Amino acid sequence: MTSLYNEVAADPGADTPTRRVSITVNGEQRTVDIEPRLLLAHLLRQGLGLTGTHTGCDTTNCGACTVLFDGRPIKSCTMLAVQADGHDVETVEGMATASELHPVQEGFKECHGLQCGFCTPGMMLASKALLERNPNPTEDDVRWALSGNLCRCTGYQNIVKSVLWAAEKMRAENGEEA
Amino acid sequence: MSVDEIKIGGMGASRRRVEDNRFIRGKGKYVDDVVLPGMLHMEILRADVAHARIKSIDTSAAWEVPGVRLVLTGEMMAARNLAWMPTLSYDTQAVLATDKVRFQGQEVAAVIADDPYIAKDACAKIVVEYEALPVIVNPDQAQSPDAPLIRDDKENQPTNKIFDWEIGDKSGTDKAFEEADVISTIDLHYPRSHPSPLEPCGSIADYDRSTGKLTVYMTTQAPHIIRAAVAMVAELPEHQIRIISPDLGGGFGNKVPVYPGYVISILASILTERPVKWIEDKTGNLISTGFGRDVYLQGQMALRKDGKILGMRMHTISDHGAFYADAQPTKFKIGLMHSTFACYDVPAAHLTSTGYYTNKAPGGVAYRCSFRVTEAMFFQERMMHAAANDLGMDQAEFRRVNLVKDDMFPYRTAFGFLTDSGQYDKCMQVGMEAIGYDTFKEEQEEARKRGRLLGLGISTMTEPLGAGNSREYDILGIKMFDSAELRVHMTGKAILRTGAKTQGQGHETTWAQIVAHELGIPADDIVVEEGDTDTAPFGMGTYASRSTPVAGAAVAMAARKVRAKARKIAAHLLEVSEEDIEWELGRFYVRGNHDRGVTIQDCALAAYSNMPDGMEPGLENVSYYDPPNLTWPFAAYFCKVEVDPATGVWDVLKFVAVDDCGVRINPMIVEGQVMGGLTEAYAMANMQYITFDESGNCIGSNYMDYLLPTAWETPGFELHEVVTPCPHHPIGAKGIGECATVAGPAAFVNAVMNAIEHTGVRNVDMPLQPNRVFEALQTGQDVSGMPPVKVE
Ligand code: FES
Ligand code: FES
Repeated sequence: MTSLYNEVAADPGADTPTRRVSITVNGEQRTVDIEPRLLLAHLLRQGLGLTGTHTGCDTTNCGACTVLFDGRPIKSCTMLAVQADGHDVETVEGMATASELHPVQEGFKECHGLQCGFCTPGMMLASKALLERNPNPTEDDVRWALSGNLCRCTGYQNIVKSVLWAAEKMRAENGEEA
Repeated sequence: MSVDEIKIGGMGASRRRVEDNRFIRGKGKYVDDVVLPGMLHMEILRADVAHARIKSIDTSAAWEVPGVRLVLTGEMMAARNLAWMPTLSYDTQAVLATDKVRFQGQEVAAVIADDPYIAKDACAKIVVEYEALPVIVNPDQAQSPDAPLIRDDKENQPTNKIFDWEIGDKSGTDKAFEEADVISTIDLHYPRSHPSPLEPCGSIADYDRSTGKLTVYMTTQAPHIIRAAVAMVAELPEHQIRIISPDLGGGFGNKVPVYPGYVISILASILTERPVKWIEDKTGNLISTGFGRDVYLQGQMALRKDGKILGMRMHTISDHGAFYADAQPTKFKIGLMHSTFACYDVPAAHLTSTGYYTNKAPGGVAYRCSFRVTEAMFFQERMMHAAANDLGMDQAEFRRVNLVKDDMFPYRTAFGFLTDSGQYDKCMQVGMEAIGYDTFKEEQEEARKRGRLLGLGISTMTEPLGAGNSREYDILGIKMFDSAELRVHMTGKAILRTGAKTQGQGHETTWAQIVAHELGIPADDIVVEEGDTDTAPFGMGTYASRSTPVAGAAVAMAARKVRAKARKIAAHLLEVSEEDIEWELGRFYVRGNHDRGVTIQDCALAAYSNMPDGMEPGLENVSYYDPPNLTWPFAAYFCKVEVDPATGVWDVLKFVAVDDCGVRINPMIVEGQVMGGLTEAYAMANMQYITFDESGNCIGSNYMDYLLPTAWETPGFELHEVVTPCPHHPIGAKGIGECATVAGPAAFVNAVMNAIEHTGVRNVDMPLQPNRVFEALQTGQDVSGMPPVKVE
């Protein structure tokens, strides 16, 4: 059980309220005692050590903190961790299996869809959610779906290319299976 | 047989990036991802007013919050001689304010606590009593005789003026103006903009009293300069300071200066004997760290009727904020502003500059820019646009008449730079063809008949990248060379370290490609490390598009020296004299007997197991590269827009970018740099600026007010290339990172102006927001961006 930040602190004392929450993170159930005001992004990063979720702005604008909440992209800097109690959260660390990258991850590498990499986890998760909804998006669909995620490095053109590349690969894979 | 260069990921290969393997898995390590045992967390209290005397600071309530370990104020810093620190431009900057606050967002106190939430809580409990002072938010107010003195802390600073500076030939320029048929003028403001990398700044200071060692993880583009600065400021021995710049979430010049937060975290760690982490929030980043631009640009051009430029004059008035902290070569007070007009044959030129203090955050960082080159080229291309119109000449034709011709290189500019090479007219032709230049005027007229407003804008430029040779370029006296260390292991694999620091440019990928090109070792067999001052050779860091021109050259030179040694080993292994050895990629062979040879990997093994008598073992080299000149890439950008007359909204219909950055190490990465740069150019032309109200409140202190383009707004770009190898760079490469940000804005603005200038308007200042464009269309008058803005 993790009591966030308290590994170095003196006992927070009885007057610091805590709540026990259970969240399924990347398929694994995690139970933690936390202060009710703790943000989901901070629980993931500091509490659970999943530092692939980044915080860029704290104002719900940049999307670097995007995670999938019951499959939908949300900005984890603007959600309290207690709100996630009983829900399912996927972070970038959950995208690949031990041996295989998700096609979106492959696409970003293949099409140079990242430079500094800071926006990338959020971009990829928003893209994954789009492709699950819409396996055959147009360029405009991709641009619209990613318009809640800022990138300061790439100019987006290669990000769009990456997502379309992944869409094609996923369609081909699903076609083969069918 | 020699190895196939593209197959081994050598030069010219669009090699997929090595660093991506960790980034796409969320395994990058940025400063905030580093966790040290026993680490404390720091939060900074910032001034909420722009200019005020501090009457008192009461920290008692903050100390009482459980979990608070330390509260620092300016007074406590002063007791340790740390209340002020030097800037990169030989000024001083407050670390924590002692006497006054001089801009909104200035650091006033800091709380160090067990967790960041507690530190924030406690910060809110600090009570500061201020006595308000009149606020100055632009140079106009700063120079008024009754303006309050912002820097009353300094001796010999009777006014708010920082410098007067000039360069060029005044009398020759005056003469050109006497002989002119036409004189064209322009008056512009390049607004304040924040580089705003997605990741804000931060540091973790870890002082170990038992060893005396200070380790600082830090968001810095220039770790070695920081080490020197920390040694000076904190008076610690340099060998006991280790700066580690881990993965950076973008930099764009914002992460070059030394910020108060770094210094405070260091002192906090020394005092608490615990690691102290400071991670700035976005507002802290936007209101207090290095801005770019904020300069007024006034120009005049002397012209002959036939379109020949005879001379130009330029005056700049720059707003540096409360501390003159520009990151730039020491010799030049307003950066390389005098690189303006370097691509044109201009016989006489003169530049005067004045800089002022204001009650704004310190600015003047090179925001994706080689020290004010962005302003210089924006001015140049807006001036060219106005001059062509005044002459009644076609925009492309006017540029082609005046561009430096291929046979004129090396070309000495009126301000004394020596441009190295280029095929400017060829770039123009490629671009004109791609945008459909020849048919545009007809198209424009047709459209206008139907009430649609189309415009086409051009921007061309060469810029000085890769500061720089040690005769001219230094920062605080340190010459601007760079370095590389290459160690080839006995199995033929290698490690390369440089004094540069990647922030998304992909050095881990491209540096290995240079080594592969020089040695024939596959790029996948070479690991690249940067950013740790304990292991990397001394370098000046990555900014101003200098890494490929300087550090990249050092990589090539280190590899060549390794090859020279390997050649001796090859001669020994092949039992011939060195003169009889020939090289092809990856392999030495005996002249006249191509089959008899040894690979570079054979030589590496022999360097550790079978070296010739008397030879020092090992196969490695450290090279320092002092560039003979800057590199001079060329850009020709063409932008076609449509302006909606009912709203002033403009859309990019097509954008063509022709870039000549010499030999391309990795074409994929070069194109990525250009597209990213164009997007920042589009942002500045369209929406991205920070301004201040009359009270010095920063408008644009978060991403709700500071607009950055998303995937939705950002147009697509069509890229073209022309290659003119740099004659003095070991692999013929030139800088590229900033070209698009530098040349881009004028292309957008010229296009919009071209669409609306039939109304008589000559200039709308950036950003060209719909309301400004609409106003210009309605009134036919110029729209100035002169701050302060009124907030309704
Ligand atoms: S950090 Fe959550 S949107 Fe920016
Ligand atoms: S890759 Fe740097 S912010 Fe997107």
